[in-house]
Amino acid sequence: MSQLLQYLADGLLIGVVYGIAAMGLTLIFGVMSVINLAHGPIIALGMFGVYLCFTVLGLNPFIALILVAALGLLLGLIIYIVAVHRVLNAPHLSSLLATFSVNMIIIGIGTTIWSTSFRNVDYSLGTLQAAGISLPATRVAAALIALLVTGVLYWFLYRTRPGKNIRAVANNRTAAELMGIPSTRVLALSFGIGTMLAAIAGGLIGTILPFTILSGGVYELKSFVIVVLGGLGNPLGALVGGLILGLIEGVIPAFTSVGWVPVFEFVLFVLLLLLRPQGLFGAKK
Amino acid sequence: MKTLRSPGLWLPLLLVAAFAVYPLITGSASTRESMFTVLMSVALASSLNILLGYTGYVSFGHIVFFGLGGYVGFYLIDEQGWHLFPAALLGGVAAGLLALLLGLSILRLRGAYFALATIGINEAMKAFAKQFALFGGPNGMELNFAIYRGYGGANAALWLVFWSLAVLALVVIFVSFKVKKSKFGLGLMAIREDEDAAEVMGVVAPRAKTWAYVLSAIFPGMIGVLFFFKNGVIEPESAFRLHLSIELLVMVMLGGQGTVLGPALGGAAYQSLRRTLLTSPMFRDIQLVVAGVLLLLIVLFIPSGAVGWLRSRWAALRRVLE
Repeated sequence: MSQLLQYLADGLLIGVVYGIAAMGLTLIFGVMSVINLAHGPIIALGMFGVYLCFTVLGLNPFIALILVAALGLLLGLIIYIVAVHRVLNAPHLSSLLATFSVNMIIIGIGTTIWSTSFRNVDYSLGTLQAAGISLPATRVAAALIALLVTGVLYWFLYRTRPGKNIRAVANNRTAAELMGIPSTRVLALSFGIGTMLAAIAGGLIGTILPFTILSGGVYELKSFVIVVLGGLGNPLGALVGGLILGLIEGVIPAFTSVGWVPVFEFVLFVLLLLLRPQGLFGAKK
Repeated sequence: MKTLRSPGLWLPLLLVAAFAVYPLITGSASTRESMFTVLMSVALASSLNILLGYTGYVSFGHIVFFGLGGYVGFYLIDEQGWHLFPAALLGGVAAGLLALLLGLSILRLRGAYFALATIGINEAMKAFAKQFALFGGPNGMELNFAIYRGYGGANAALWLVFWSLAVLALVVIFVSFKVKKSKFGLGLMAIREDEDAAEVMGVVAPRAKTWAYVLSAIFPGMIGVLFFFKNGVIEPESAFRLHLSIELLVMVMLGGQGTVLGPALGGAAYQSLRRTLLTSPMFRDIQLVVAGVLLLLIVLFIPSGAVGWLRSRWAALRRVLE
């Protein structure tokens, strides 16, 4: 029983972090209907950002996250201007391939600089003991930060002017433009925030698990599953989706081999797309 | 016979035939290997084009058919002692059946949802193959070397695979042309332009889409069997490699989606570019970056690909290039 509780807790903690990675993906999709295939490499860049701050500058990994987030935002703005803006109104294939070319460029540069060997952020805060389960404190801290980021994102989207602009553009770009909202700037900002969330998620995962420059791909695929669970374009759904995925990953190994987890995940993913493409909670349309 | 005289058909056929004959002239194994890669890309890209270019559905995980066909054929050859040809046929049938099943379900999804679903299916199949004991689990299967003896030695077997692939590539081009010129193809292109309008005009969209999907899946299934027979080893990571799937999209995009010549040209151009980059001392380390930048430039500035661009630039070419 306590074994199962342990699995549950592990799954939930990592699930929240998956959730914010997926939130970035779903925000970008919700605002501009672009599936960002450069999401994975940006997650990996977040990992390396924290790793470099920790090993080279000697910064605390959680402080380094602030720097990583700022750089993520900047990178997102650049990617939007260079690669995404021109293909916004083109068919889906164009935006998919444009973001994929960014993916290739990042991976290409990354493998040249860092090769594909494993790194890890050797940082520990000890272990927390409660109710017969033990949790590494870094995981708990990562989950708390992820929740904090979600809260801030919500405050931003619902309580501030730029956030409301983003929601307006997501709702109806033409109408928003008629109301005098500078849509290009808003789109660039949403793309930037989307990549910022990916970078933060990467940084958090980097403090928990070892990684390579190619690791982002795995989390990108997980983000797809989560996004579909929560409904494409629905950020809060993404958090819940992340929790569900974390639970699945935590609990399935208790009953059968770990290898079946992805089979289960992706079958669930395809079934959901078929039966409830609006997600479990129904995205706003 | 009228179709054979159309330059839209014989130009791509001639191109493919040239790739096939080239190693015969040099007679070297290394040209054969590089032409194998080119022909494989041409055939895979052309079959993807039937769904992507004509019907307008972006299949991101098309490699799932290559992998599944490869696994089924490999199993039949390795474990059941089948000859290559019937195994390849059955590999194609397996891929076609999967496409039929999927077509009845996920083709209801449109745009980004469909693209995501195809990625999910590829990943699900990969994860499944890793667990499926009959197919060797995560380690996959390895061909017993003695099997090549039945084909007159390893060298003869490699040439046999090469010629089979060449014939298959020609067939794919022919089918691609026939589809484009048929009423069925016209229906597909109507779906690409506007699915709802096409339905109103009497195109039975679900049926047409499903058959386009099946048609575009059969050939990758057969090619998978040929490839892994030549390779001698099959494992989940190499069979269901999402990256290859995306490379196929790039090839189709490079040459021009929705054209017969485009994917053939794109496949050949992409592979020769890749080879040049990989062997040049300057670009070897950053070949992925160079390829990424090129792809981005094409997507941003020439979205209709080389053939599409030529056709729109010179009206006279529209009668020659299809």
